[in-house]
Amino acid sequence: MADPAQLEAPDDPSRRSERFQLRVRDVHKSFGEHHVLRGLNLDIERGKINVVIGGSGAGKSVIMKHLIGLLKPDRGQIYVDGDDIVQMNQFVLNRIRTKFGMLFQYAALFDSMTVEENVLFPLLEHRRKQLKRSQMREIVREKLHSLGLFNVEKKYPAELSGGMRKRVGLARAIVLEPEILFYDEPTTGLDPIATRNVDEMIADISNKLGVTSVVISHDMASTFRIGHRVSMLYKGQIIASGNPDEILHNPNPELREFISTSKAVEMPPLDELTEAP
Amino acid sequence: MNELAQNIVLLVDRAWRAPFRFFQVLGEMLMLLGQAVLWGVRPPYRVGLLIQSMEFIGVGSLSIIILVAIFVGGVFGLQSVEAFRMFNADGYVGSAVSLTLTRELAPVLTALMVTGRAGSAMATELGSMRITEQIDALATLAVHPVQYLVVPRLVASTIMMPLLTVVFNVVGMVGAYIFAVILKGVDPGVFIYNIRWYTDVGDLGMGLIKSTIFGLALALIGCYQGYNASGGAKGVGIATMRAVVVASVAVLALDFVVTDVLITLGM
Repeated sequence: MADPAQLEAPDDPSRRSERFQLRVRDVHKSFGEHHVLRGLNLDIERGKINVVIGGSGAGKSVIMKHLIGLLKPDRGQIYVDGDDIVQMNQFVLNRIRTKFGMLFQYAALFDSMTVEENVLFPLLEHRRKQLKRSQMREIVREKLHSLGLFNVEKKYPAELSGGMRKRVGLARAIVLEPEILFYDEPTTGLDPIATRNVDEMIADISNKLGVTSVVISHDMASTFRIGHRVSMLYKGQIIASGNPDEILHNPNPELREFISTSKAVEMPPLDELTEAP
Repeated sequence: MNELAQNIVLLVDRAWRAPFRFFQVLGEMLMLLGQAVLWGVRPPYRVGLLIQSMEFIGVGSLSIIILVAIFVGGVFGLQSVEAFRMFNADGYVGSAVSLTLTRELAPVLTALMVTGRAGSAMATELGSMRITEQIDALATLAVHPVQYLVVPRLVASTIMMPLLTVVFNVVGMVGAYIFAVILKGVDPGVFIYNIRWYTDVGDLGMGLIKSTIFGLALALIGCYQGYNASGGAKGVGIATMRAVVVASVAVLALDFVVTDVLITLGM
């Protein structure tokens, strides 16, 4: 559970340099009879890779959609740099979203556009006044090359492999150099080598750009390879949060069962934890 | 027996919920329209997308409109000649055709054709963008999907529908002329004279007002269905089917209401 000391509303703008860039407070969300989020509290650490883990259907993607303002909670607050996005009107929220970049599970590339047009799109929308078209194209090429994509500019998304599509999606997400990057199950459906490449890409971008990363995942190997802070979602609440080591040594039975079932990481035996001072 | 009782309960429950669902969907559509107005008046104004939509809805529908209009005008001319000849009044074929086309047939049939072609395409396109998260992707790129996807389609359809209706009128009249005058031997002078004598700007205006309303309605329904699609490929299919069915019924229902209002207003 989140530390109660952190539960006060971070409404002071001077807190923008504080440790947590995103804070979710007591968020509830239901879809019909289905109560998905039940008083969720979550903190996302600035400049770090924050991984939210949880079983299928636990509501991980629902959290992501709340953080980005695609869904409004029934109750609760979501603070981005101290501003509650739940209270914002759609015009202000749309402006706030320029801080965000997101890599979707299946990349969500615009299928009627070429790779170049996809990555160019955010620049055309938001940098038209500052940059010439030739400069934009140069930026696009540079981003694609930095992610290991060569000679794909004129191809359509349907012509690319799953891994390549994700990299194009990532190029599109980082082209405006956002402050916060969201990844929705980035390694789902990829082979082990592609998974490792994507992990390295996420770590690399986090290091080079210093962005805050929020990764939604159920891949334990990836989580413990790249995560600086891990939060476990269970029954609509965060039941544990901390660095990977703290998570591995957390005695919570649901957390232990979830991590140990994946067999991707070794957990210390429970009796060792209880004997510890 | 138990199963029968269960089915009856289910049926009653559905019937009970239907009116609520109708008002819920109507409310959501009006909210989408409200959002489109709010986003439509805010920059950036996406002229390129508007022209693309106008090209798709207007120019793209031109051939089917011409084809339908020529046959509808033709068959209407043909039937009218047969009917009016019984009273030795076949000179009135031109006026009967022109009045019916301008006030009723042209706006309604154009709307039904555009619904089948462009309304369904809007629902399919937006629906597949919704299920592949492309609409969410737009939002995360700080581009509001309503402004980018819905506004151009609504404006384009509202502008292009009256223009297509004018084309329908003209071509329908030509069709009627071919069948009534050339094939059935109605006097061309009387045919044209009666059109000019009985049809005035008010009749044309009534048709154009209707077609503008139909244009907005069919695009709104198509966009709403696509924008709210869910459940994979099947969901897109359902959205498309609903877009066509709901828009077609809405066009006919609106036709009744608008005609009544316009006649009351003296048109």
